[in-house]
Amino acid sequence: MSHDAAPIDTTNQWTEGESHGDHDHHVVPMWLLVGVLLLLLFLTWVTVAVTWVDLDAMFHVANLNVTVALGVAVVKAFFVGYYFMHLRWDAPFNGLILIASLVFVVLFVSWAILDTRAYDYEVDTPRTVRAVQTQ
Amino acid sequence: MTTASTHSAPHDGHGDDHGHGHDPNLAHHFHTMSQQVGSAKLGMWTFLATEILMFGGLFCAYAVYRAVHPEVFLFGHYFLDTNLGAINTAVLLLSSFTMAWAVRAAQLGQTTLLVTLLMLTIGGGAGFMVIKYFEYTAKFDHGLGPGSGIYITTTTTDADGNEVTKPQYLISDSAFMAAGDKPFAGEITPDDKAQLDEAIAYQEKYSLGKKHGHGEKHGDDHAKDDHGTHAHADDQADHAAAAGALATSATARALPTDYTAMALPTNGSFGLSATFQETGIAGDPTTSAEIEHGSHTPTTWYTLTERQQGLAYQFFSIYYCMTGLHGLHVVIGMGLIGWVAWRALRGDFTPEYNVPVDLVGLYWHLVDLIWIFLFPLLYLIH
Repeated sequence: MSHDAAPIDTTNQWTEGESHGDHDHHVVPMWLLVGVLLLLLFLTWVTVAVTWVDLDAMFHVANLNVTVALGVAVVKAFFVGYYFMHLRWDAPFNGLILIASLVFVVLFVSWAILDTRAYDYEVDTPRTVRAVQTQ
Repeated sequence: MTTASTHSAPHDGHGDDHGHGHDPNLAHHFHTMSQQVGSAKLGMWTFLATEILMFGGLFCAYAVYRAVHPEVFLFGHYFLDTNLGAINTAVLLLSSFTMAWAVRAAQLGQTTLLVTLLMLTIGGGAGFMVIKYFEYTAKFDHGLGPGSGIYITTTTTDADGNEVTKPQYLISDSAFMAAGDKPFAGEITPDDKAQLDEAIAYQEKYSLGKKHGHGEKHGDDHAKDDHGTHAHADDQADHAAAAGALATSATARALPTDYTAMALPTNGSFGLSATFQETGIAGDPTTSAEIEHGSHTPTTWYTLTERQQGLAYQFFSIYYCMTGLHGLHVVIGMGLIGWVAWRALRGDFTPEYNVPVDLVGLYWHLVDLIWIFLFPLLYLIH
């Protein structure tokens, strides 16, 4: 009996604050599932419709079309993760894992793009020419 | 609780694990079912993180190549069928919905509904793969294989007697698409040659003609033509030679930019949105709809530089890598869902124990998530 006391406390982190009655996993109501589906389909239409308009020219902002398209994709991803993947009711640590992986992907892509054009001058200019230019 | 009470003597401390009793599915190293579910989900999410990082490498390749050659990506995406991409997105979203519903059914112990929903989810995955099959084969039929490029190279001899290899013309060019949309057989047939001549004649008529203000007279165009080092005395011979010179000289010519080919989701053949059909090159610009292209430089094969034409394969390589790896995940997901459906039929799952349904569902949703990003990035380039 005494050996059970301490471990039971540690199990509570998965149940306390998340519990809804008997089940630790939340049963998502049907109206919410259907609502999320309809919203996702609508956002799919939006992201296609955005390509019919040249937002870059309309608002004089570079890459606005692709920004909006990716923004819509992020919103869709949020709804899939938050409701379909139960992150709303899940242990917060699972969401943290997802966000951490996305942060590392963004870091990876960002640094790669920063580096992409960094050596154009060295690549394009012959060494002898560079030597003269730096004198 | 009755079953639990019979075993209550050796498992005293478990009596109050909020009423689950001692489920036979509870592994001995877990204290409660909820702890077991939490651990399983933690493990699954960690695996999903590695999946995201793996796809992250491909997204990185995409971002870098698109940043360096945006024109190549804009041009390449004309060959993806936006309608099919959008339909596939909807199909995956629907199957994600049925999967989420299946998890709900498992939690509520609705076994028949659970099996039905899992089969529907598999159906969604199958529908996605069938559409993908049609898209892939349409591209293969037009010579747009992975990494194979969308041009053919020809070797000609220049004035100094040196052999020059350069991309000659687009396989899926407007002339070919318009004249029957037939696959490229690997060599130029006399039939192809005739169509190419037709395309050149069109170029002469509408691009040079528009530029110089007299589009009707063929000979006049040649007289005004600034690459006049060729012998223009023999118009017919020059016309034939123009086949080789088309790709290079086209960039120097005035192209019909006010009747250019911009992507429309509705045109092009099934599985291959060949945007050049709608306006400009293939049709008569005076009767075709004019398309607003805003601030963008209209991109056609002929407005790409020769180097960009040579790099067009990059888009298709990345397209096949990303959609191919994603498609592999769809197939694996279908297999896993089939396995879970079989277990559900066997009666393995109860409202207390259904974590395999949950975890396979997470995997399926991740496959959907990745497609949510692939669709705008590949099909909706602007």
